[in-house]
Amino acid sequence: MAGSLEAHALARPPMLAAVNLALHPGTMTGVIGPNGAGKTSLLRALAGVSRGPGRVLIGGQPVQPHPRTLAWLPASRDAVWPMTAAALVALGLGPSALLDNAAVAAALAACDASQLAGRSVDQLSTGERARVLLARALVAQPAWLLLDEPIANLDPGHRIDVMLLLAAQAARGAGVVLALHDLDLAARCDRLLLIAGGQLVADGPPAEVLNAAHLARHFGVQRGGGGQGWERAAD
Amino acid sequence: MNLRLALLCTALLLASLAIGPVDLLAIAQTDPALARTLFVELRLPRAGLALLIGAGLGAGGAAAQALLRNPLASPDVLGPASGAALGAVIAGYFLGGGVLGMAMGSLAGAGGGLAILLALAGAGSRAGGTTRLVLAGVAVSTLFGVAINLALSLAPSPFALYDLMFWLMGSLADRTLPQLLLAAPLIALGLALLLRAGPGLDALTLGEDVAHSLGVALPALRRQVVIGIALVTGAGVAVAGNIGFVGLVVPHLVRPFVGHRPGRAILPAALAGAALLLAADIAIRLLPADLNLKLGVFTALIGAPFFLWLIRKGL
Repeated sequence: MAGSLEAHALARPPMLAAVNLALHPGTMTGVIGPNGAGKTSLLRALAGVSRGPGRVLIGGQPVQPHPRTLAWLPASRDAVWPMTAAALVALGLGPSALLDNAAVAAALAACDASQLAGRSVDQLSTGERARVLLARALVAQPAWLLLDEPIANLDPGHRIDVMLLLAAQAARGAGVVLALHDLDLAARCDRLLLIAGGQLVADGPPAEVLNAAHLARHFGVQRGGGGQGWERAAD
Repeated sequence: MNLRLALLCTALLLASLAIGPVDLLAIAQTDPALARTLFVELRLPRAGLALLIGAGLGAGGAAAQALLRNPLASPDVLGPASGAALGAVIAGYFLGGGVLGMAMGSLAGAGGGLAILLALAGAGSRAGGTTRLVLAGVAVSTLFGVAINLALSLAPSPFALYDLMFWLMGSLADRTLPQLLLAAPLIALGLALLLRAGPGLDALTLGEDVAHSLGVALPALRRQVVIGIALVTGAGVAVAGNIGFVGLVVPHLVRPFVGHRPGRAILPAALAGAALLLAADIAIRLLPADLNLKLGVFTALIGAPFFLWLIRKGL
């Protein structure tokens, strides 16, 4: 496994102000924040798919894109060509890799998508396609997983499954970074980064970051009385 | 599938070599030298050019659709085709360049179209590259199309105008060995570039960002594909004029057989394009000569309704 992923003065003006971070393998880091906060800008910058000021290093070295180094999963669920789910997952092995059917089958199984393997991706529901695309990100067993809203579009059961799957990826030594809006499931992360207005405003364990003041100020919500979920925070 | 298509190409190539206004075998009995000359100077260039240009059109179309992630793309969209036509028109009719001059003009036009395209699309940048490439291609194509119309209206004589219009319709009639020898290496190089780009183009299915994270060097891939398309298109237009619809339709015919992987479709698209153009060129030779149907007109006449049928079927 590769070393830590470090961001030095990483910025994507005007969406993201300069941020310094060190993320560690074997941990699951959640990126939370309101719409337009800069979560995707941060993840894209960390994944090396956007250009701008600052540097990203893995194990102290500049990132060389490779399927086993880092997988980037964008929030888009688009599929241009009507290929099968299995063929799409196989693309995650990289352009120069030989087809590894066992790895494809394992990735699809991990995402509860084995039954979708032979179906054309344009015939799948958005949630089904989201699971297939996640399998694509996992198939090469990358050292770092950078995932933009991997649980959006999923039903409640599959949301929990995916969070458990990502925790298992962290347990095998991968570094997992995911943006998400579900604050209850965010609490399952090892560490949370709270982004608001393009700034990193809080960084720490979920119990610390998800405090009442942050929730009210940045999300405009508070926990409901008697464990009744969430409600709008009073001004 | 590739083997079957290759066999079909071979059969059609032999048929194309055998078909003509005179019986070469009969001539060979009495005048072997004349038969040989007719074969080498007329039959071979026509069949060889149909094979090569068809392969270039098919592969160019498949690569354009893969690069732009757009099933409606074709080399025409990218601009070099109309640039090549303009270059050939200028060189051939206004500079009196002859066969070689037209070929050079065509390649210069394809290259010029390409250079404008790359400059407009900011080929060095990765983000948003393909959308900008499509928009720039449409603009460049339109500009060259208008310039060809201007060239037509400025034709030095009515005969030149007549020649020019017929040449633009696309044909392989009366092509010669030097034209085959000129086009062959250029199209072969273009095909090699496009075939090498296949795996990268497959990865591009997932979007530019994901392809980059998988290790695909996008600016280099884009350059390789656009140069490959310019070579096959420029060389093809230089000797045969505009041959429409093969580049657009053929990739749709073969893609289902390769699991819709756009990069893997390039080789079968080349073979199917070659087979289609050989068959179309044989067909127009079997039609009554006084119909004077041009190859480019024929492929579009067949291709457009067929494409509409494909769309109706759900593409």
